[in-house]
Amino acid sequence: MGQSVQEMIAQSKGKKSKKFVEKMIPVLLFLIATVSVLTTIGIMLTLIVETVTFFTRVSFIEFIFGTTWLPFSNLDAQFGILPLIVGTLKITLIAIVVAVPIGISAAIYLSEYATDNVRRVIKPVLEVLAGIPTIVYGFFALTFVTPLLQSIFPEIKIFNAISPGIVVGIMIIPMIASLSEDAMSSVPKSIRDGALAMGSTKFEVAMKITVPAAISGIIASVVLAISRAIGETMIVSLAAGSTPKFDGDFTGSIQTMTAYIVQVSKGDAGYGTTIYYSIYAVGFTLFVFTLVMNILANYVSKRFREEY
Amino acid sequence: MSTTQAINNRSKTAGLEQESSQATSTSSVYDTKQLNLWYGDNHALKNIDLDIKQNEVTAIIGPSGCGKSTYLKTLNRMVELVPNVKTSGQIMYRGRNIFDKDYSVEELRTRVGMVFQKPNPFPKSIYDNIAYGPRIHGIKNKKILDEIVEKSLRGAAIWDEVKDRLNENAYSISGGQQQRICIARALAIEPDVILMDEPTSALDPISTLKIEELVQELKKDYSIIIVTHNMQQAARISDKTAFFLNGEVIEYDNTDTIFSNPSDKRTEDYISGRFG
Repeated sequence: MGQSVQEMIAQSKGKKSKKFVEKMIPVLLFLIATVSVLTTIGIMLTLIVETVTFFTRVSFIEFIFGTTWLPFSNLDAQFGILPLIVGTLKITLIAIVVAVPIGISAAIYLSEYATDNVRRVIKPVLEVLAGIPTIVYGFFALTFVTPLLQSIFPEIKIFNAISPGIVVGIMIIPMIASLSEDAMSSVPKSIRDGALAMGSTKFEVAMKITVPAAISGIIASVVLAISRAIGETMIVSLAAGSTPKFDGDFTGSIQTMTAYIVQVSKGDAGYGTTIYYSIYAVGFTLFVFTLVMNILANYVSKRFREEY
Repeated sequence: MSTTQAINNRSKTAGLEQESSQATSTSSVYDTKQLNLWYGDNHALKNIDLDIKQNEVTAIIGPSGCGKSTYLKTLNRMVELVPNVKTSGQIMYRGRNIFDKDYSVEELRTRVGMVFQKPNPFPKSIYDNIAYGPRIHGIKNKKILDEIVEKSLRGAAIWDEVKDRLNENAYSISGGQQQRICIARALAIEPDVILMDEPTSALDPISTLKIEELVQELKKDYSIIIVTHNMQQAARISDKTAFFLNGEVIEYDNTDTIFSNPSDKRTEDYISGRFG
């Protein structure tokens, strides 16, 4: 070695190529990051432009307040979205009734009672449940849950709201359980110890200390899960039917917003027809629903955050 | 259980407490006999024999890792929350072995309150923190709860500082105030004994002084066992002192004797600051 290390460092620092790379990397990364933002903006623009076109053909009032959804009628096409919204809400309601009690109970068990070994088995299983493709859930609803329900309640039709509702609920259980468990596990042990040292039972600690302290995270997990249930497509397309109905019946065929979009997309509605534009209007409505839910989840988790 | 029943039961136990304290003013609260404790293979407490008297402040001192906190947590069986803990021997609390199969930990901890090293109020209002204990033990009457809250906060010498902000979150006040809230929370169920695990180690000198004064005040009604790192603190506030080293009790005597005329060389070395 004829040179000192410092001299060699000085030489390599002087190299032009290294300086160029250092300058270009941030630019490159910025461009890549921009792509995803631009894509989102592009999707939003398409959605808005096509929705606006739709409202030049169908009145906004009819769309929002109309109680009949009859897009395929040649004589008297009607675009009142309420039946689709009601269909979506039926599925969501059943899903919540199934998922919230089970999901939160599972979270309480995992965070308060389960030993490390049990948790190490159950958490990955829950995550596998979250990773099952929704088409499989759809099949499960149609070929297993529906026949099972029919054997107990014969009045249930082959396409109905209950079976896909239950299965959507099963699908969102891991989300509620896992996010709620995270919120509850982050309640410091010292606070639980304080409650135990007062003579509380484990269950009292869970219900009166841990759950209230983690309530913002728990509510946020439920709201996010609801948002997921509203947007769920495959299960309802397969098992809920395609009959937009504005009523309170859960046993017969219904149609959700998402299922309608699938129905039209895979059919042969020509470009430029009112039906074609209607999927954008429905899509936009769906977007508004999930956006509101996500904002709500964000607000709740900030507003009700307990200090500790 | 109805509200009135709960209150009756409560005043009954309070009455019993008073009677027993009058009848046996020098009787022991805790009598530990040949206590051994292991964390897995680690023998943390070795053949502990300690007789802790009523209405006294008993200080437990010793270097880090000597088992003093472990011993304190054994007294209300909080140590059992650590996985792989094994014990042998007896701890007689008011004449009953706390390790007995039919001794419920909830019952024990209702009689023996605890204050922790770091203030750990619940993430609730100051009022709800104090009312927590009475509520879980069945007292629901709002008027009675109000009285208990005021009495406990006065007992912990913090009423004047927080009386106008009872509905604020307990984390909105200073660390020293939080620690007194935790003491008030323990007082709210009128325990027999209060265990304190280095209650001032996370506090500034002024808050420390307030807590020390409070301990002097509290020993009139309660028996207090306090673990401390601070030998001056032990000398200032305690009646009896136990010196722990490597899981053993080296010396246990009146605080005056321990600090002026210790009988064991190791005690002398420790209190004179030669190690620890």
